[in-house]
Amino acid sequence: MEHAAHHLAPLTTQAVSFLWLIPLFPLVGAFINATMGVRLQRKFGKGLVHSISIGAMVLSFVVACIAFFKLLGLDAEHRFLQDTLWNIFTAGKVQVDLGFALDPLSMMMTLIITFIGTLIHVFSTGYMADEPSYWRFFAYLNLFIFSMLLLVMGDNFVLMFFGWEGVGLCSYLLISFWYTDPQKAAAGMKAFVVNRFGDFGFILGLFLLFWALGGAWQKGADGKLTYVEDAPQLSSAHAVAAEHEGEPVAEHAPVDIKVGPTLNFRELRDEIVITSTGMAEKLKGQTLFGIGLLSLVGILFFVGAMGKSAQLPLHVWLPDAMAGPTPVSALIHAATMVTAGVYMVARLSFIFALSPTAMGWVAFIGALTALFAASIGFFQYDIKKVLAYSTVSQLGFMFIGVGVGAYWAGAYHLLTHAFFKATLFLGSGSVILGCHHEQDMRKMGGLGKLMPITKWTYLIACWAIAGFPWASGFYSKDEILWKAFTQDGLAFPLLGMTPHLGQLIYLMGILTATGTSFYMFRSYYMTFTGEYRGGHGHDDGHAAHGHDEHHGHTPHESPLSITFVLATLAVGAVLASVIGIPTAWTGSAPLLEQWLEPALPAVVRFAEYAHSTEFLFQAIGVSAGVVGWFFARALYKDNKSQVPAQLLAKWKGAWTVVYNKYYVDEIYQATVVRGSISLARVLSWFDKNIIDGIVNLAGAITRVVANIDGVIDRYLVDGAVNFVAGSTLSAGRILRRVQTGRIQTYLYGALVGAIALVLFNFLIK
Amino acid sequence: MGHLTLNHFLVVSALLFGFGMLAVVTRRNAVAMLMGIELILNAANLNLVAFGRYVSGGITGQIFGLFVIVLAAAEAAVGLAIILAIYQMGRNIDASQATTLKQ
Repeated sequence: MEHAAHHLAPLTTQAVSFLWLIPLFPLVGAFINATMGVRLQRKFGKGLVHSISIGAMVLSFVVACIAFFKLLGLDAEHRFLQDTLWNIFTAGKVQVDLGFALDPLSMMMTLIITFIGTLIHVFSTGYMADEPSYWRFFAYLNLFIFSMLLLVMGDNFVLMFFGWEGVGLCSYLLISFWYTDPQKAAAGMKAFVVNRFGDFGFILGLFLLFWALGGAWQKGADGKLTYVEDAPQLSSAHAVAAEHEGEPVAEHAPVDIKVGPTLNFRELRDEIVITSTGMAEKLKGQTLFGIGLLSLVGILFFVGAMGKSAQLPLHVWLPDAMAGPTPVSALIHAATMVTAGVYMVARLSFIFALSPTAMGWVAFIGALTALFAASIGFFQYDIKKVLAYSTVSQLGFMFIGVGVGAYWAGAYHLLTHAFFKATLFLGSGSVILGCHHEQDMRKMGGLGKLMPITKWTYLIACWAIAGFPWASGFYSKDEILWKAFTQDGLAFPLLGMTPHLGQLIYLMGILTATGTSFYMFRSYYMTFTGEYRGGHGHDDGHAAHGHDEHHGHTPHESPLSITFVLATLAVGAVLASVIGIPTAWTGSAPLLEQWLEPALPAVVRFAEYAHSTEFLFQAIGVSAGVVGWFFARALYKDNKSQVPAQLLAKWKGAWTVVYNKYYVDEIYQATVVRGSISLARVLSWFDKNIIDGIVNLAGAITRVVANIDGVIDRYLVDGAVNFVAGSTLSAGRILRRVQTGRIQTYLYGALVGAIALVLFNFLIK
Repeated sequence: MGHLTLNHFLVVSALLFGFGMLAVVTRRNAVAMLMGIELILNAANLNLVAFGRYVSGGITGQIFGLFVIVLAAAEAAVGLAIILAIYQMGRNIDASQATTLKQ
């Protein structure tokens, strides 16, 4: 559909001065808890610690709401709040300001982060109640929120990257929260290292983009590629009214737009989206080593997203990250950090939209990941692992969305996923808590009667994720799949334009939807129906249990702090559907699409189909969910059926491969990990023997020289001094003999002297 | 025998001086050293008188000689007193034994 012309003008910003408070409160909370948390907890108890933390979150949320209402009050074209604090540094063309910007996209993210973040903080007060390092947990949580807010609110690449790295760090800190268990510590390290791979791609993409904005690589006469900077006349351009159809010319006067290398998102958007600057054409025409530059930039940025958002092949850290406490999994690995990749692609939508190859790549990898992860989720027994693979899979869906050009749909799925996945994770946390830290679903069952609130919220969230109508997952998922199906303009690297890639992705998506429904309901039925199969749950290295009111082994419903949060999130999962009702139903664009439109200026063409076709596809989507649910119910309701065990016995080989996650981790271990360790060993040998050898040699030489110096000093110098003294002594000894004490000797001497004088005198005359 | 000239007196006094120096330097007996010193002094006296007679005239030489005689006497007395003191200390007057100032 045609987008209104307003977003083709440069973005006008509204300056405000309070945006910096939003990330500041969590930072202050983190600082207080980190430095004084131990003492506060000891003196005033855990209540103070979490009050500081939650108070900071609430304040942050309140300020975010104020910003939201301020944004609502502006016209759609002018919805952009900017708060620049100061210039961090300027180096040549690179100018980095500490600036926060809120446009509709980042506003949505900020609200998600602060709202769900606050709820999860409240949840943690119940879940982590026995934890002695309570203060450390809340400090890390606040620090994470700060980093995430920096990521989404930063108005330039550097701040975003700062937040990007910061959430990676906090993810590491939180995953290996119980670091005394080496497995958990290793999981944290794995997450961090894999993330770094992604960050490398991100940085490369950023460098390429920055360079490309300021010049181009050209083949000189000698055949070598050299970088040629742009001629100065490209340094200022005017936006002309010709972009706008049917609007009076006088309304849009020419505006000066900064053209050239920039790190600021708004400036970047302006110079690329407004075609009269010529920058978009220039970028499209550039190639690097024969590959289209924009495709390369898009692919590299997506590598960063792959790492952060756990897409193939860098997905391996997310399931292991379940070693962290459940609130961490809910917050970081469901609602916020992993969505940073999706946010980044949506933020840079105008760049991706210029390159069909990048779009096709993103969408395809997203689809492949979705299918791959869903298949693994079929057979996992650990409830958190099921949810982890589900997250990877749903992230794949989001990338399908932003890959095919349905940016608002990808963002919408981000929002709905945040709600229902958080509900699912926190529900699983409630279940785990109730079963005494038991995570294996084979030892659960029958919890529906014992933990009703958890059951109902979990069920609602399953309904949402499976994509049944009236829960938000349906709207976002179907929008994405529909847009994938109607996108003909995708290309694939090395293959060129592939018109049916969109349809292939749709097919993969539908299969994934079926699988999603299947394994989610499988987890539901295994956990909540039938009879309770659990014995005494096993400790997983956690601190002493504090469930004083617990009698025997029977699980019971969790405290209010937990159930309240579950209920709120489940309600949110349902209510989020209101803002996403498709155009085909109401005739006008969904509320969220309208809201996000100014922030997602890329114009992407989709094929036009009749509304009836769209209804058909929605029906197909729902039926896919129903099919999955049906099989799950048949196989797992009340855990009475023998079919799963029979199927497992029959297809043991295939089951083993899928259960072991297609051995991806093992492959990495054999290649990357062993390779790195061998390299480290070689370098260590080099360092110990050769480099240290050189240093030791220098030391040895110094010692030898020092010895020589010592000898010289002892014999030559001291010898000379001693010789002088000795000769003086000898001279004295000899001359002393003159003093005989005998008067005659003296007289004799005097006489001889006198005669000698006279003779001397006489003779010389 | 010709006339006695100044040179005759000078030679005699030189000889006397030499004998006296010899006595001082070679004798070990302190009193003998004193005798030698007397000889030296007298040789100087003879010199004085000779020069008084042959060169300057008047009585200058003779008066000077009288002074020297008095000095010699005083000095002999003091010398003998020192020798007495040394004898009372060491019980002999061998000059080669008085080496307290030896280094």
